[in-house]
Amino acid sequence: MSNKGHDHPHEEPQHERSPWAARIRAIEELLVEEGVFTKEEVKAQVEYMESRTYENGARLVARAWVDPAFKKRLLSDTKAAAAELDIDATGPIEFVTVENTDEVHNVIVCTLCSCYPRAILGRPPDWYKSFAYRSRVVVEPREVLREFGLELPEDKRIAVHDSSADIRYLVLPQRPGGTEGMAEDELAALVTRDSLIGTDVARTEQEVGRV
Amino acid sequence: MRVRNIEKEGHVRTPDYAKGKPGRIAEILGTFPNPESLAYGGDGLPEKSLYKVGFRQTDLWDSYGGSPEDILFIDIYEHWLEPREQSGEENQT
Repeated sequence: MSNKGHDHPHEEPQHERSPWAARIRAIEELLVEEGVFTKEEVKAQVEYMESRTYENGARLVARAWVDPAFKKRLLSDTKAAAAELDIDATGPIEFVTVENTDEVHNVIVCTLCSCYPRAILGRPPDWYKSFAYRSRVVVEPREVLREFGLELPEDKRIAVHDSSADIRYLVLPQRPGGTEGMAEDELAALVTRDSLIGTDVARTEQEVGRV
Repeated sequence: MRVRNIEKEGHVRTPDYAKGKPGRIAEILGTFPNPESLAYGGDGLPEKSLYKVGFRQTDLWDSYGGSPEDILFIDIYEHWLEPREQSGEENQT
């Protein structure tokens, strides 16, 4: 799409014309003009982001389920464990994986903005950035999870992680029962994006609809 | 420890709801450039230690309706933490 100066063509998609998009575009153009970065670098960064999806997290989880030594490494050094699966999470951001157990269920939020392990999972879902989720899940996590369709046992503790500093968190969900014979890639298919945030659990097809 | 209950304008990574609340350090996460400096073009130095602090939900919210065992973790930089006995108005310098 040709986009010289500020004369945007009229056939651009609707979201391109939102005030926020226009503002971002204007700032981007100024920064390119000032030589802070190039258009190519912006494009490369967008492509980097688009290339990451929650399926990376699903692969990490499935490997951890079948390989206890890998699970140990994932919990102690997520970045290094990701590198083992050719998931490039290098950079200044640190990652920590928290493990769901019979005793505790973890759920991730960033109350201050939308911190998320993007280098591994890609972009967060829109609801993750919503004021409602961010403000409510810290105050009434059990109710919020219930609204996501996740009814936790009464005796299971909930640990909320407000990741508003330099660490990005992901959840290692529990392996569903009845999956003993499944291959690693089949197991990965049970891991949903939301189960990596903690607003869902991993479940088999038989379990979908009941927890 | 307790989270310092002070007002600070700008890019602060300590959520308001934790200010003045008692918690326990669960983990030392390392040192990081100070985001309150980085956000304004500073060098972030000296780096600050970052602590994973666990709070009892019932300490954070008077009306918390869930289990008293429920916990909430926040990553907080060292300069926002103070020993519990030092908190209170007389020490908010």
